[in-house]
Amino acid sequence: MRVVRLASEIDFDGWRRAGRALRAEGVPPEAVVWTVEYDLFADGAAPAAPAKGAGPRFTVPQPFIDLAERVVLNRSNERFALLYTLLWRLEREPGLIDNPADPDLTRARDMAKGVSRAAHKMKAFVRFRLVEGVEPEVYMAWFEPAHRVTEAVAPFFARRFTGMNWSILTPDACVAWDGETLKVSEGADPADAPREDAQEELWRTYYASIFNPARLNPRMMQQEMPKRYWRNLPEARLIPELIESAQRRTAQMVEARPNPPSERVLKAALRHARDGSYGESDPLTLEEAAVAAQVCRRCDLWREATQAVPGEGPARARIMIVGEQPGDEEDLTGRPFVGPAGRLLDKAMLEADFDRRKAFVTNAVKHFKHEPRGKMRLHKTPDRGEVQACRWWLDAERRMVKPRVILALGATAVMGITGRSMPIARSRGAPIALDGGARLVVSWHPSYLLRVPDADARARAYAQLVDDLRLAQSLT
Amino acid sequence: MSAMAVLDLKRKLAILSDAAKYDASCASSGAEKRNSLSGPEGRGKGVGSTEGMGICHAYAPDGRCISLLKILLTNFCIYDCAYCINRVSSNAPRARFTVKEVVDLTLNFYKRNYIEGLFLSSGVIQTGDYTMEEMVRVAKSLRLDHDFRGYIHLKLIPEASPELAAEAGLYADRVSINIELPQDESLTILAPEKDPAGIKRAMGRMRLSIEDHNEPAKKAGKRKFATSQSTQLIVGADAARDSDILARSANLYGAYKLRRVYYSAFSPIPDAASRLPSMRPPLMREHRLYQADWLMRFYGFTQGEIVEPGEDLDLTVDPKTAWALRHRGDFPVDVNTADRDTLLRTPGLGTRGVDRILSARRQTRLTLADVKRVCGSTKRAQPFIVTADWTPGGLTDAKGLKASLIVPEQLSLF
Repeated sequence: MRVVRLASEIDFDGWRRAGRALRAEGVPPEAVVWTVEYDLFADGAAPAAPAKGAGPRFTVPQPFIDLAERVVLNRSNERFALLYTLLWRLEREPGLIDNPADPDLTRARDMAKGVSRAAHKMKAFVRFRLVEGVEPEVYMAWFEPAHRVTEAVAPFFARRFTGMNWSILTPDACVAWDGETLKVSEGADPADAPREDAQEELWRTYYASIFNPARLNPRMMQQEMPKRYWRNLPEARLIPELIESAQRRTAQMVEARPNPPSERVLKAALRHARDGSYGESDPLTLEEAAVAAQVCRRCDLWREATQAVPGEGPARARIMIVGEQPGDEEDLTGRPFVGPAGRLLDKAMLEADFDRRKAFVTNAVKHFKHEPRGKMRLHKTPDRGEVQACRWWLDAERRMVKPRVILALGATAVMGITGRSMPIARSRGAPIALDGGARLVVSWHPSYLLRVPDADARARAYAQLVDDLRLAQSLT
Repeated sequence: MSAMAVLDLKRKLAILSDAAKYDASCASSGAEKRNSLSGPEGRGKGVGSTEGMGICHAYAPDGRCISLLKILLTNFCIYDCAYCINRVSSNAPRARFTVKEVVDLTLNFYKRNYIEGLFLSSGVIQTGDYTMEEMVRVAKSLRLDHDFRGYIHLKLIPEASPELAAEAGLYADRVSINIELPQDESLTILAPEKDPAGIKRAMGRMRLSIEDHNEPAKKAGKRKFATSQSTQLIVGADAARDSDILARSANLYGAYKLRRVYYSAFSPIPDAASRLPSMRPPLMREHRLYQADWLMRFYGFTQGEIVEPGEDLDLTVDPKTAWALRHRGDFPVDVNTADRDTLLRTPGLGTRGVDRILSARRQTRLTLADVKRVCGSTKRAQPFIVTADWTPGGLTDAKGLKASLIVPEQLSLF
């Protein structure tokens, strides 16, 4: 039987050196006893590292090292032996580390999980107390970690409380930070830390007030904040009374008779209802139309959209450009043609020497129709009924702007302007006379260009869009 | 001198944290990683860090995480939202913190490791802009005067100007605007002064600000603009069905790239308004909504698959089990051969369990005991899976299957 004496309870390096040597010698796990020897000068110290070339070469997978570093901090007495068993088996079963269902590996993973949880709870439940009458300020905490994580967690506190002098005392070890370096020393006694802090009264006030008695669920609380931590948490002493009174407080709330709202409040609500309502009377200015469209309920698209996107441009523009409907970005900004399709249109305009600022740019449908797909909103083509419902707004814009030329981009725009469908390919290229004297030019919608997969077809359609922009401009 | 002026800090804290507790959100996760020891801005003069994972520093007896100092700047409010304890017509005692009081309280709590940071909300006083300005002053002072590098969450006042909202984003890690009610129509009834369209527009602007700011800041190695926004829906204060609520969530996630939608079971509040239902909904309903929300975000389910229009979720079993019970023909699935998407749709298998199954089965043919080791339990999964040594036989189609999967309710209060 081989006895390995490690230097401390968390002596990972010692375990690693010994494990390496034992493995090289071919000592099986059942022939090793692992102990922790505080007296380093006693006999039977850890085996020396193996001589170069001793035993078969073997590289330990990094995930195992990461796991072992955590497992060593577990308070379980079998941790060193379990890790050596895993090391032994890893040499013989290289796939072991990738098999989360293996019983030994599961046990090690559970131990590591316990350690991670203890580390996390230490970050959460340490409570510093200000040491009275010391300048500059010094903070101290007494804490009892579930596993031996104090040294491992200390750097977290240094990163967080960099500008503070602090120390954390535990039964295993103490760590202290002076603003520059972390110092580790032996375990201490609760009496070495301050017993009170004036802020704790405020903290308890907060703890009691943020608790909602109507949702009492002590089981859940205890699952996340086990009782073993309570004695060092200043707020925990309130728990019994809070639980005890919860039922009574909830019952009082439910029984209490509601107060009638005040006159003043009712009046305000009525005012709001009046101002927010959307009358069916025709808007007289573009500004009015833009505001009224926000409360439009002529179809159901308002529900899922952020806002109506009204047209924009000079109120007396000679040319009006009509697209299909707002997209994702238009819906968020409230402005037409600012997304990918808008950028493509801008590019085509630049090529056609077309000044966008002189055109009134709008859409046949004012709300964004889409369907959720995971974290995205996928564009959906508005149906005939929605286009029809929204013609009310498009007609109002046409009536007020009175453009000489209307450039309709895509089938929905054509439908919005004329009330019927026309194939784009056959209707584009020549102006069409509209009732009331304006002329209609039909072209591709830029988002259609973004979707055409074939590069040649895309280039052709783009060139036609540029031509149509030129044509529309020439008619003004 | 009014009674207000003599309220001491402790009393104010009690009033203004009591008033904040109906906000479910307490997350301190997902902020950019930073600390006081080092970073693009060098070593900090003060305290604070955020390391990705949030930390719950305590749990209240309601089982909820206490991570942030969650308070209102003031609970005076000019609005009258029926579900809100701070509505103007409520008789709740009123208080107001000064900017400095909030800053000091945050730092004092933080330095004692009580909290991860601040979650500041407020009733609306004078105007939306005035209120928002005060809140921004708190965050600004923490960041600039005290080099505070902990977590800050600011609640936006929807009607505050876009410029102020953008400034809030400069100092906060997360911002949120509560939609509160799943249906715009009920918002009009229960919160007459709240404008649902205005809320949506503000969220849309915030999503654009977050996207516009963070790319260049990342490249320049500078402190990031707020990295996320979230919202809260109150469940059970209006007639909305779970299908309506989940449809609203799906819409919010897609439209405004929210990090989280919080569901808060409407809770009886002191001095409730008469427009509200007198019964509270079962907490289980809120729980089921969170599970359904998870299914949409991490398990590849669409909202329509989880619950039919006009329907509520089944309170007795979790929504994935409910779906599996409606689709028994798709089961059992063989954990040794099924693809990832199919495993994710199997009751009792979580995302981590599924990943472990995929990894383990490259090494070995999984037995029921193996599945238990990687997933923790096989109680729910067992009727729906086949392993090397287990097949459910007629169990998958058994009449009494649902009854056997119902976990006795433990969330209820009385």
